[in-house]
Amino acid sequence: METLLDVENLWVKFPSRQGVFDAVRGVSFTLGRERLGIVGESGSGKSMTGRAILRLIRKPGIVEADHIKLDGVDLLTKTEKEMRAVRGQRISMVMQDPKFSLNPVMTIGSQIIEAYRLHNSASKADAYRKSLEMLEAVSINDPERVMRAYPHEMSGGMGQRIMIAMMLIPNPEILIADEPTSALDVSVQRQVLDIMDKLVKERGMGLIFISHDLNLVADFCDRVLIMYAGRVVEVCEADKLHDAKHPYTRGLLNSLPRLDQPSKRLEVLQRDPEWSQTPSVSGRI
Amino acid sequence: MSMLNVKNLNVWFGKRQQRVDAVRDATFEVARGESFGLVGESGSGKSTILRAITGLAPNWSGQLSIDGNPVPQKRPKAFYKQVQMVFQDPYASLHPRHSVDQVLGETLQLHGFRDIDNRVVKLLDDVGLGQKFRFRYPHQLSGGQRQRVAIARALAPEPELLLLDEPTSALDVSVQAEILNLLTDLRADRNLTYLMVSHDLSVVGHMCDRLAVMKSGEVVDILSVAALRSMEASHPYTRQLFEASL
Ligand SMILES: Nc1ncnc2c1ncn2[C@@H]1O[C@H](COP(=O)(O)OP(=O)(O)OP(=O)(O)O)[C@@H](O)[C@H]1O
Ligand SMILES: Nc1ncnc2c1ncn2[C@@H]1O[C@H](COP(=O)(O)OP(=O)(O)OP(=O)(O)O)[C@@H](O)[C@H]1O
Ligand SMILES: [Mg+2]
Ligand SMILES: [Mg+2]
Repeated sequence: METLLDVENLWVKFPSRQGVFDAVRGVSFTLGRERLGIVGESGSGKSMTGRAILRLIRKPGIVEADHIKLDGVDLLTKTEKEMRAVRGQRISMVMQDPKFSLNPVMTIGSQIIEAYRLHNSASKADAYRKSLEMLEAVSINDPERVMRAYPHEMSGGMGQRIMIAMMLIPNPEILIADEPTSALDVSVQRQVLDIMDKLVKERGMGLIFISHDLNLVADFCDRVLIMYAGRVVEVCEADKLHDAKHPYTRGLLNSLPRLDQPSKRLEVLQRDPEWSQTPSVSGRI
Repeated sequence: MSMLNVKNLNVWFGKRQQRVDAVRDATFEVARGESFGLVGESGSGKSTILRAITGLAPNWSGQLSIDGNPVPQKRPKAFYKQVQMVFQDPYASLHPRHSVDQVLGETLQLHGFRDIDNRVVKLLDDVGLGQKFRFRYPHQLSGGQRQRVAIARALAPEPELLLLDEPTSALDVSVQAEILNLLTDLRADRNLTYLMVSHDLSVVGHMCDRLAVMKSGEVVDILSVAALRSMEASHPYTRQLFEASL
């Protein structure tokens, strides 16, 4: 498979008075024209891995890596100005906090139109029409009203879908989607996944799909990285996720509530200190 | 006596042509000690119902009562000792410049507690965070860690009715299991009543006794969790929802 992105030995560090906290510790993987899932418990470093690729770690955080290559060019050697051209144009990211990523004092419509015209030479009227279409594509039922509305007037799931619509405008080579469907009901979720799937299959986009929903990732992705305490503890084919070996992954799978097997209490993870000692498993192919 | 009674509730935003009828004629009851689920389409008005109950959606008509007492348009402080809400969006619901300690300490103070220090420590333990998070700020927390702070804040006044808006949708499955177990224990220990929004039917199946299904602002179906488990639905939208989740 052709490699779009090649990440080698990625670290994200947060220095503080108490010492340095390593949020990501030596993660390596490659991404081709595929759907790569990243799962793992809260705080395991999934979002920081995604953000580090775009060099979007807030100060005092530090990103270090042997390299983060996009089509063979190391992003770590780029200037901040060059990075701005990468962000949004070549690699888009749907943030975990959709409403924070939208401008609260601008209508949804003007934000989508602005983003669209930044990437396409189009008249205002064309951009408006196009924006309506994009909202319809993510299953927004009343796109005219949504165009006039402000971010705080949107439901949780609507905010997520608006962000996805906007991130797809520049036709990126890589989309990093951080919990993009966590607020969506199952039927809308399906539709949003289908859109992303199409882009991977038809346009050859590479997708990094960050999620804590193991069933969803097993069903939707091609490969999965399983993260624990800043490291990758296991890599597997998505459809083999249910046969995963690592006790941590097994623990995650067993803690899911099941409609067909009611229980009074859910299993919780019994953490083993050893899990965080073992070096990161490589997700390169 | 029901803990929460919602009768012919309408909630709307905006005026005239801009008016959005987010909830129309919703009616349901939640018994004391019961756990009641709200499921349905994204944008169907689930969060809006919770917001109307807590006074965050000012335009509403119909009847709302808590423990037999009608809810007035302006909520007195005592109301929030009885009713607390955990918001869907853990990012927006915490003040960015307040540390975890401040968030919990101020809530406790507001509700007249004395032994604040001990209670902050206890609350952090209860939600599985522990002491090392006490002086952190929201931007130093992951999504799941923020949601645990939000739950700790809601538990602080020791409410009787908890309104939970997707309390675990931002959490990974192991923390979800911890939080759901915690909510189960709290309900048993303190005889709490839950009204819980979730798009995850297995979470609702695990946590709730009954559930209402919403679509386009209306409650279209009310059913038991037994019916959910056996996927028996008479309403076409409920059936569609069940089928999509298989
Ligand atoms: N500014 C910061 N200073 C110190 N630690 C931080 C900072 N930002 C994040 N962290 C820590 O980095 C770790 C990884 O965070 P990250 O957001 O990547 O987690 P995540 O896997 O995305 O979790 P979630 O599923 O809850 O979103 C967490 O333990 C978090 O507390
Ligand atoms: N402040 C507001 N101003 C105008 N419209 C609003 C406002 N808040 C919510 N709405 C609208 O009310 C409707 C219901 O929103 P609500 O947030 O209750 O949906 P929901 O069922 O919780 O959806 P989700 O599952 O996506 O969170 C939506 O169409 C939304 O755009
Ligand atoms: Mg995250
Ligand atoms: Mg909602």
